[in-house]
Amino acid sequence: MIEVIDLSLLLFLSVLAVAVARLRNLFAVVLVMGFYSLVSAALFTVLDAVDVAFTEAAVGAGISTVIMLGTLLQTTSKERPLEKLAIAPLLIVIITGAALVMATRDMPEYGDPQAPVHQHVAARYIHDSEQEIGVPNMVTSVLASYRGYDTLGETVVIFTAGVGVLLLLGGSLRMRGDKEEGA
Amino acid sequence: MNQQIILRVMAKLFIPFILLFALYVQFHGDYGPGGGFQAGVIFAAAFVLYGLVFGVEAAQRIASPSLLLACAAFGILLYAGTGVAGILLQGNFLDYGVLDGHDPVHGQHLGILLVELGVGITVAAVMIITFLCFAGRKRST
Repeated sequence: MIEVIDLSLLLFLSVLAVAVARLRNLFAVVLVMGFYSLVSAALFTVLDAVDVAFTEAAVGAGISTVIMLGTLLQTTSKERPLEKLAIAPLLIVIITGAALVMATRDMPEYGDPQAPVHQHVAARYIHDSEQEIGVPNMVTSVLASYRGYDTLGETVVIFTAGVGVLLLLGGSLRMRGDKEEGA
Repeated sequence: MNQQIILRVMAKLFIPFILLFALYVQFHGDYGPGGGFQAGVIFAAAFVLYGLVFGVEAAQRIASPSLLLACAAFGILLYAGTGVAGILLQGNFLDYGVLDGHDPVHGQHLGILLVELGVGITVAAVMIITFLCFAGRKRST
């Protein structure tokens, strides 16, 4: 049963990806990409990665769609049509894709407890998180406590991105210091 | 969009629930899925909805860019400050166990709560700033 859901979601994803590549109307592309994020979120839920699914749905399908629409307002909503089929990029994509498919043959089985990723620190987190942190959601205990440095870095990255956007595009916003000189 | 009465009424109806849900995701992140990142984005989504329906000017009157920028910086300072508090209490940077003198697990709870709050405030402020920047510009010709 779960395979049917997995397969149909993956099939849906590939159909949406092809649609994004084929569509020339960027307005439609943005909406299809939002839909793509929502289907990915469903896929993450099937994989029991609820926190990731949550983020994907909120950021990918929600905020990015709105920001991309805002971008279209500044530029244009029509993409230039392709004159002819580009052979070289197609070849590169096919070769890279084939290499990736070949690489999956060396990957451990999905959910294999002997996989390298489960042998390192994960075992300790799973074993000791309950006593050391006492938070039922282990994702939170890893994210905020065990890997607190990483999360601090990520938050600084978000702050930096916000400052960058403000510097580049914030000309129309009224800041506190502007009022005196604007009068 | 001033003529869209259904949109306006529905937006007014939904925004309090979106904000409440963001707070739930923020403070329930220890027990269920969610945390600062997701809560911040959902909180910002309420402002984005308000801005889309009532106009960017109205959204700016509620959340002024200067205030948002101060909030974004405050979130990071709250996070890093929690880490520094660990050093002052003779622990390591971002070691929450020492925040409570009696019970390290309590200290961990307190630390995670503060840190996630910092993440939430920064993410929400940055998302709203980004939206205002993109939506506030005049259409280029």
